Amino acid sequence: MLVTSLLCGLLSSFAFLYPEIFNKYIPFYQLRPFHVSAALFWIISAATAGVMHYKKEVLINSQMKKKHEKLFIVLWISTILIIFSCYALKIFGGREYWEFPPILSLPLLISWLVFMFSFYKPLFQSKEKKPLYVWMWATGIFFFLITFLEQNVWLIPWFRSSFIKEVTIQWKSNGSMVGAWNQIIYGTALYLMVLIGGDKKIAETKKAFFFYFLGFTNLMFNWGHHIYNVPNAGWIRNTAYIISMTELLFFVNIIMDFKSKLDEKRKFDHIIPYRFLIAAEFWVFANLTLALLISVPAINRYTHGTHITVAHAMGATIGINTMILLGSLGYILQVDQQSATKKRWINIGYWISQISLGIFWISLIFAGILKGYRSVKLNMDNFQEVMSPVMTVLKIFSLSGVFLAVGLGIIAINYIIMLNGKSKDNDINVP
Amino acid sequence: MVSFACFSWFVYTHGDDNNKEGTPNQQVLAGWKVWQDNNCQSCHQLYGLGGYMGPDLTNVATQTGKGPSYMEPYIKYGTGRMPSFHLSDTDVHDLIGFLKWVDKSGQSKLSEGMNQQSGSF
Repeated sequence: MLVTSLLCGLLSSFAFLYPEIFNKYIPFYQLRPFHVSAALFWIISAATAGVMHYKKEVLINSQMKKKHEKLFIVLWISTILIIFSCYALKIFGGREYWEFPPILSLPLLISWLVFMFSFYKPLFQSKEKKPLYVWMWATGIFFFLITFLEQNVWLIPWFRSSFIKEVTIQWKSNGSMVGAWNQIIYGTALYLMVLIGGDKKIAETKKAFFFYFLGFTNLMFNWGHHIYNVPNAGWIRNTAYIISMTELLFFVNIIMDFKSKLDEKRKFDHIIPYRFLIAAEFWVFANLTLALLISVPAINRYTHGTHITVAHAMGATIGINTMILLGSLGYILQVDQQSATKKRWINIGYWISQISLGIFWISLIFAGILKGYRSVKLNMDNFQEVMSPVMTVLKIFSLSGVFLAVGLGIIAINYIIMLNGKSKDNDINVP
Repeated sequence: MVSFACFSWFVYTHGDDNNKEGTPNQQVLAGWKVWQDNNCQSCHQLYGLGGYMGPDLTNVATQTGKGPSYMEPYIKYGTGRMPSFHLSDTDVHDLIGFLKWVDKSGQSKLSEGMNQQSGSF
């Protein structure tokens, strides 16, 4: 999925710049769903793979049935393959980020329910005190179900009786769903830190639980910052603004913890999964800074509908989610025990992707500032005129995307090689 | 969880108390389906939400110099950047009907006077 997302993302960026060429073969409106669906399924699949692997270590003395996990994997992957076949045949019918025919939500829902059963059954059977990462996984998995159901309420006519209501609920579910998978992924990051540092207490402190509840509150209530300019009820906007600003506490905490993070980095930097976690930490700080700014409605007025939104979305999905998941998969695949050659290649891929992601992110922000300034401040109406200087910046974005795809691709290919080796040895069970 | 459930209930029932555009008729619903079946959201935005290949279409139905007669040839024949979707005349008119309905729901662009000192609108 990651490799598909990278390839289709690259093609999409060039299709955006040169549509006259791509429209003859594979137009942007067809490429974009390939890219976004592959990215979403990469994130969700890798997160669930991690949970399925780690729960064997965490929920001990429990009765777990492998057949449920296998059923989830088979159903989930076959549905994704059908979804991509639909895209190839230009069969759509869904909404943004879920462009496939809505009937395919049904097998996805069934497979998720199977996965939930395979997670919650041993969870409820285990009588031990649960560390924070288990709470985070449980929260994320449950709320993914809730938001997935909410994603599909548009199929009920009542929810389409008003366009504003429909858009509001669409982005309520989109926003909260991101929060749900973040709970799963950050829970995984926390578990990895416990394993790497050998200190279980970091998942039991009051501070850790405080930030969990803060994240949980934001999951439930801050989604309105995606739709500040939609003319819905004012209390939706104000609730989102207030709750979004509580993320300043995360921001302050990162700054306060900076020195101890540096000490920690010196201690663990030789561990490859740790390097991915520390990269994610950096991108949390960068994207949180941006997110806090664009969550202020007065600033959002200029940034909404521009590439700054893309910078935020991609900065988070690549810089945070993907980095943590690559750390997690690296841990499962025992990357530190691999040959020096493989580790060197992963290191090369790591640095290429960090540097190119920086350029990628900054160019998107700059493109967004240009578009926002021209369309809002200068009140320019002609789309081509607004976008003319922006396209030049997007060429830099596309070029950096090539290097980003190379960097992440090197890591992904090495992981796939390791996975094939591990599958033959039957050491791990990763979809 | 209880507060989340209550909040969700309020969003569903009172998220849009104005409903300026009114309940959609069959033509609007058909146009909405055309919009989704052809993945228009990949390239265009409504209220700034969607892809950035093409312009925001929230208020294209009543924008000065635009409107249905402006939209029709674009949708029917495409441009250099936008491919032709080979839509039937019925689909084209339904899609225009949908966009006219969306236009009634409000303005996508916010005016400067809406900013408050708190940073909100």
